Amino acid sequence: MHIVVCTKQTPDSAAKLTVDAAGNVSWGDSPIVINPWDEYAVEEALLIKERLGGNARVTVISMGPEAALEALKHAIAMGADEGIRIWDPIFEGSDTLATSYVLAKAIEKMGDVDLVLFGKSAIDSQTGQIPVEVAYRLGFSPLTYVIKIAELDPAGKTIIAERLLEQGRQVVKAPLPAVVGTIKGINEPRYPSFMGIRKATRAQYPVWSATDIGADPAKVGAAGSGVRWTRIFSPPTREGKAEIIQAETVEETVRILVDKLMAEKVI
Amino acid sequence: MSNDIFVWIEQFNGQVAGPSWEAIGAARTLSQTLGGQVCACIFGQGVEALAKDAIAYGADKVFLADDPTLADFRLEPYTALMAELARQHQPALILMGATARGRDLGPAVAVDLETGCVADCTALEFQDGQLVATRPIYAGKLLCTCTVPERRPAVFTLRSRAFPKPEPDPSRTGEIIQVAPILKEEDIPSKVTGFQETVGGVNLADAAIIVSGGRGVGGPEGFEPIRELARTLKAAVGASRAAVDAGWIPYEHQVGQTGKTVSPDLYIACGISGAIQHQAGMRTSKVIVAINKDPEAPIFQLARYGIVGDLFKYVPALAEELKKRLGA
Ligand SMILES: Cc1cc2nc3c(=O)[nH]c(=O)nc-3n(C[C@H](O)[C@H](O)[C@H](O)COP(=O)(O)OP(=O)(O)OC[C@H]3O[C@@H](n4cnc5c(N)ncnc54)[C@H](O)[C@@H]3O)c2cc1C
Ligand SMILES: Nc1ncnc2c1ncn2[C@@H]1O[C@H](COP(=O)(O)O)[C@@H](O)[C@H]1O
Repeated sequence: MHIVVCTKQTPDSAAKLTVDAAGNVSWGDSPIVINPWDEYAVEEALLIKERLGGNARVTVISMGPEAALEALKHAIAMGADEGIRIWDPIFEGSDTLATSYVLAKAIEKMGDVDLVLFGKSAIDSQTGQIPVEVAYRLGFSPLTYVIKIAELDPAGKTIIAERLLEQGRQVVKAPLPAVVGTIKGINEPRYPSFMGIRKATRAQYPVWSATDIGADPAKVGAAGSGVRWTRIFSPPTREGKAEIIQAETVEETVRILVDKLMAEKVI
Repeated sequence: MSNDIFVWIEQFNGQVAGPSWEAIGAARTLSQTLGGQVCACIFGQGVEALAKDAIAYGADKVFLADDPTLADFRLEPYTALMAELARQHQPALILMGATARGRDLGPAVAVDLETGCVADCTALEFQDGQLVATRPIYAGKLLCTCTVPERRPAVFTLRSRAFPKPEPDPSRTGEIIQVAPILKEEDIPSKVTGFQETVGGVNLADAAIIVSGGRGVGGPEGFEPIRELARTLKAAVGASRAAVDAGWIPYEHQVGQTGKTVSPDLYIACGISGAIQHQAGMRTSKVIVAINKDPEAPIFQLARYGIVGDLFKYVPALAEELKKRLGA
């Protein structure tokens, strides 16, 4: 069984972000890490491999510049088998339409993929669109928001997944190959082991270009994108500190609070 | 291309998801600039009755597909039908709620039509003839504006409760057009084999009021006063990750960067410190109230009103007071 995990790098979730007048975002000396949601995807791939008695290969791929290596290395350190970076200067400026095209072309090139795992969304651009777009492009079963893989049958080529929707869990049976978009709650991602970190440092990370994956230059980068980002800015700041309500008694305090909330018309 | 706006009306067991009506409202506003009609797309089984509702909420036209293959939301038949309708009628825009299903359907339709899909918009307005969407990025620490400059239709998914829900007007009239599904059952690989509804109806995204508990509630039983207050206010119950990770309450209740993003009118945070990752999920709430015994807790920087003290004293007292006032 060949499992592919798609991942990308993001600034650490605790980073303090600033944005300059030109719209460049910077995160000071905060580290670049694997997109936190993607750790669930890597973990799930490793759990599947373990359940199949090692009878699976886990490849992690990332479309991105040099910095994308951070995500690949973390996945290898957790236990993935190999990491491939997909990059070409003409990929610069890709929206999800173009990124999903590039990832789908890379997966097509591999030819033997049974399962593609994703994180729920990237914590920077936070679109959450890539998993379903890749599934749709490849014609793989589209299983997003998966909180549990209830059954995976590589021989019968089927998967049963529980998807978390607003009203509850939808159980879906679908054929392989499939795309599984993972969410938190599906597992507890492991920490990289010391041996894993050593392996990740020594591993080779091939880079596949647009030509390598047979990508049409008209479908990548800004030219292949539908969405253009026009401005990035900080949200208006809140009024500042809370108005602390403090009266003689607990009862009086909550009475004042209720008065205020009624005046605000929120209750 | 027409100047029409398509809106996908999401329903589950005949119940329409809140953001769908909000999207109809947004479409009505946009159609004032764009001209053209607001067309509701309703797919399901036994959903004819919803067509009238859609017209009352603001649709001029309804494309209604009522068929067993559409009974459950599945990406394959829904995308095929939505994309085909768009090819036939050439709308300028397609809007839908940024719910789990909407965030699947929108981008899939966009790939099918080779166009752009802007996720999770909190505002939409025309600037120099171009529709500009505002959306949060980096867990809401920043905002960005996006356009779909060339391709049509442009697809937008709208965050729950970011757009006002219109008042239905039963006297409005409109045209209902029956349409047939594109895929036959044997052409749809995914089969829905079950649905376990969440008990207690968490649906945080739609809630007008949320009462949330954090590590400060101290244990699973500590959520009882939180639930009681929520019942009094007809509110949903939220939680911080610390409370979820401790196993006090299921993950479905988690608010924050790795949980749900919510935007209620009122968010009452009890025993929650207000870590940046928690704020990521609730900072756009209209009014935030914090009850916390630590006056230095960061939540007080975000909250409009604060009570410094023991939640086990204040939360039950608040529920009592509200029962008196609201006559519940
Ligand atoms: C990648 C990543 C993602 C994350 N995602 C999320 C997320 O989605 N959602 C989330 O919530 N967190 C998330 N976190 C965790 C976050 O950083 C915090 O650890 C978490 O929010 C803390 O939860 P808390 O406020 O309940 O607990 P604490 O920070 O421990 O705060 C408990 C508060 O309760 C108060 N308190 C205690 N007893 C009482 C009492 N009797 N009465 C009144 N007040 C009392 C204390 O003063 C304290 O302020 C994430 C972290 C990381 C690294
Ligand atoms: N450039 C990329 N390369 C590989 N995987 C990606 C890339 N961008 C996004 N993904 C994957 O798609 C998921 C959703 O990302 P997004 O749609 O950008 O929010 C992430 O969790 C990753 O698993």
